[in-house]
Amino acid sequence: MVKSGTLILHTAARILMPLQLLFSVFLLLRGHDEPGGGFIAGLVAAGAFTLYLFAFGVSATREVLRMVDPRDLIGMGLLLGMISVFPAWFVDQPFLTAQWWTIPGVDFYASTPLIFDIGVYLAVLGSVLAMVMTLMEVDKDEP
Amino acid sequence: MMQLAVLSGFVLAAFAPLLHRWFGGRASFVLAAFPAALALWFLAQVPTVMRGEVLFLELDWVPSLGMSLSFVIDGLALLFALLITVIGTFVLIYAGGYLKGHRDLVRFHIVILAFMVSMLGLVLADGLLTLFVFWELTSITSYLLIGFSHADIEARKSARQGLFVTFAGGLALMAGLVLLGNVGGSWSLAEINAGGIDLREHDLYLPMLLCLLLAAFTKSAQFPFHFWLPNAMAAPTPVSAYLHSATMVKAGIYLLARLQPSLGGTEAWVGILSVVGALTMFTGAFLAIRHTNIKKMLAYSTVMALGTLTMLLGIGTEGALITFVTFLLAHSLYKGALFMVAGILDHETGTKDITAMGGLRPLMPVTAVVAIIAALSLAGAPPLFGFIAKEMMFEAALEADAFGWLVLLLAFVSAFLTIAVAAIIALRPFFGERRATPRVAHEAPLSMLLGPACLAALSLLLGVFPVLAGMGVLTAAASAVMGEPVTVYLSLWHGINLPLVMSIVTLALGYLLFKRWDRVRAHLARLDPVMARGPEAGYEAFMHWITVVSEWQTRILQNGYMRNYILVMVLVLIALLGNSLLLRHPLEIAFELDVRFHEVVVVAMMVLGALFAAVARSRLSAVVSVGIMGFSIALTFILFSAPDLGITQLLVETLTVILLVLVLFRLPRFASLSTPLERVRDVLVAGSVGVLITLLILTAWGIDQFVPISEYMIENSVPLAHGRNIVNVILVDYRSLDTLGEIFVLALAAIGVIAMLKLRAPVKPAKPTAQEKESSHG
Repeated sequence: MVKSGTLILHTAARILMPLQLLFSVFLLLRGHDEPGGGFIAGLVAAGAFTLYLFAFGVSATREVLRMVDPRDLIGMGLLLGMISVFPAWFVDQPFLTAQWWTIPGVDFYASTPLIFDIGVYLAVLGSVLAMVMTLMEVDKDEP
Repeated sequence: MMQLAVLSGFVLAAFAPLLHRWFGGRASFVLAAFPAALALWFLAQVPTVMRGEVLFLELDWVPSLGMSLSFVIDGLALLFALLITVIGTFVLIYAGGYLKGHRDLVRFHIVILAFMVSMLGLVLADGLLTLFVFWELTSITSYLLIGFSHADIEARKSARQGLFVTFAGGLALMAGLVLLGNVGGSWSLAEINAGGIDLREHDLYLPMLLCLLLAAFTKSAQFPFHFWLPNAMAAPTPVSAYLHSATMVKAGIYLLARLQPSLGGTEAWVGILSVVGALTMFTGAFLAIRHTNIKKMLAYSTVMALGTLTMLLGIGTEGALITFVTFLLAHSLYKGALFMVAGILDHETGTKDITAMGGLRPLMPVTAVVAIIAALSLAGAPPLFGFIAKEMMFEAALEADAFGWLVLLLAFVSAFLTIAVAAIIALRPFFGERRATPRVAHEAPLSMLLGPACLAALSLLLGVFPVLAGMGVLTAAASAVMGEPVTVYLSLWHGINLPLVMSIVTLALGYLLFKRWDRVRAHLARLDPVMARGPEAGYEAFMHWITVVSEWQTRILQNGYMRNYILVMVLVLIALLGNSLLLRHPLEIAFELDVRFHEVVVVAMMVLGALFAAVARSRLSAVVSVGIMGFSIALTFILFSAPDLGITQLLVETLTVILLVLVLFRLPRFASLSTPLERVRDVLVAGSVGVLITLLILTAWGIDQFVPISEYMIENSVPLAHGRNIVNVILVDYRSLDTLGEIFVLALAAIGVIAMLKLRAPVKPAKPTAQEKESSHG
């Protein structure tokens, strides 16, 4: 039922998707201080891909994603979430205690909450994308 | 850091495939170095523990839950740890020969190492919860090992049976341990045993005891749960030798022995343990002579031994408890050896049926000697260690107060039945005329002979020099079970007394039974119809009815109609909420109405959206109306300065609409399915839940029972969590564990969608069965 769309949708999707993805990364990184964060950013990124899906279909979107299957994104997200649990353990604090490291030279702090947020981002993006793509693929399979 | 050394076995298990790649067939020896090293460490602790000291290795795990990984090494734990590591070493080497070239040898090594660590953890753990975790781990690994030949339907069935029975006990154990922890005021076994609280006088003593006994009885295959153990013989023989004779099945016995100082000695304890133990002892011995499969015979004789151990704990006198540790050690030594001999016979001749073997002695002389020594110990013939244990067992049975005559009678009968079993196992395969076996037998390789030979030699050595065992760890073990220091003095010769006379009579009777075994078995075969109605039939019936009930309740509750699910959920909510809101709590509503115009507009949009969705004539318009409601909610969030929530709500609404549109065309025609009456019901239900939730919110406004945590969060957001966006700080820092759980749920949901859509059966059968009709409605 999803037809590769009209000229306007095509052009808009082509331009909007990278912008939306960029915006999602922006939301992700600033999330700790301003409105945003992994969950919202993941949804925005999923929206970007969904727009592309509607315009160009599943196989074209898979090409854009190259090697990365949405299911792998879920796994990576969960893995990052789990990884962020451990650093506290090595400095003898309870699990999940946030750790902050200053990166010299740039005004940026690396931290376990950030790793965790990236994990949330990937898990949300992967889950939504996996659901939408599966739904569309099944549609295509069965006339 | 002994804990980490023990737990490193899990890591080693993970590396087993790698070791197999590096060392090939010799990987078994490399892996056996692990229990061997641990065994040496435990041996080095023997002098310390013998002095009456208790090693306490402290290590916190989850301190906030009172969970510790602390190890307590007293005599009892040390005895078990030594058995686990020493026999474990032999079993690993033995398995390398037994399963040589087997496709799944790697898997075997992984699971058996994991089991070894779990079992060690179980006997060393001080924390009740840790004990529980390790207990369940042994059940799981045992399940995997029984079902090792997973292509075999019998193996799968037996594995499942063992798992269900031991897990049922595991549930009881959890309840029992929680009771014990609460009543005893501590989650540490050492503290409970040392603590001044008299558990026996407590009101909850009986429920607690029954729960713990149920756990121990299922795990240690006591009557009427004994049936899973012989079935577990579907496992490869090294597993039977290790788990189902020397270690895991003794976990229940261990638990009872561990609790003897704090729970033992009451009327209930003595009565239940003596009777159940004696019955199990008799059942095991009686069923053993009915079988011709060598592994089943050994399994039933293990049941008999486990019954004896339980009975001894029940009798509970000083002599009985000393006998308990002696018997435990003797049994592990000879039964481990005998199982490995059985494995050799099976491996070399290709049959497990003992009547099909004969005259093997010239072909496998070493095996024959080992088998005879071990069997003599099982029979309790001098000068083996088993003789000492049996003499003492008779002595203890004579001391029994409760049900004394029953205990004594069953002990006597079991003893002579066991002697017959021992004679059959040791003599039938090796003597008499040669019989053709499926495989041409020859002597087993060294790796398979090493274990049984060493264990049999130990039986002989300890029999001739019993003072070695008495001096050694047994004194400390008996003291730990007794709860106060005792001296163990073992000797082969007790003088001419009643136990000796009983021994001689049982030996004679046993020999007689051995001679007439074939005829006796033919007579006993007549009992088959009666035996088929045993506890195992009860288990089968129970499992059958569980399936029937669950099918029935699934048809009722999980009927696939979305509307029913929602109706049930909402009704439950109404009942619970209404109960606490209207009946148990005075309704206090205090609020001032102060609204602006734009707020009213947003609310009106929301209400209109909801109303329109309810009466919409097409699915698309319903989706759009619900969407309007969602966006209005997002607007509300933004109006009340919660931008994060607002953005999230907006995005979720957008995606929901996209997903709905994607599935819209797949759904059946939009139709009004409910009758007018049902519509009235739905309106009533929906209306009352709306009213209730409104009342809840209004009431919650006026209630201020706790100091809100938000103040703390706002104050510490920047200094502690380095973030100004509190919503995000809550998500990734304050409440990150919750978020972690949520993303896992999300991932599961996605996997569920993929599975449902992609992994369907490709072709539907022409005529769906009744069940499929039910499930295809959703």
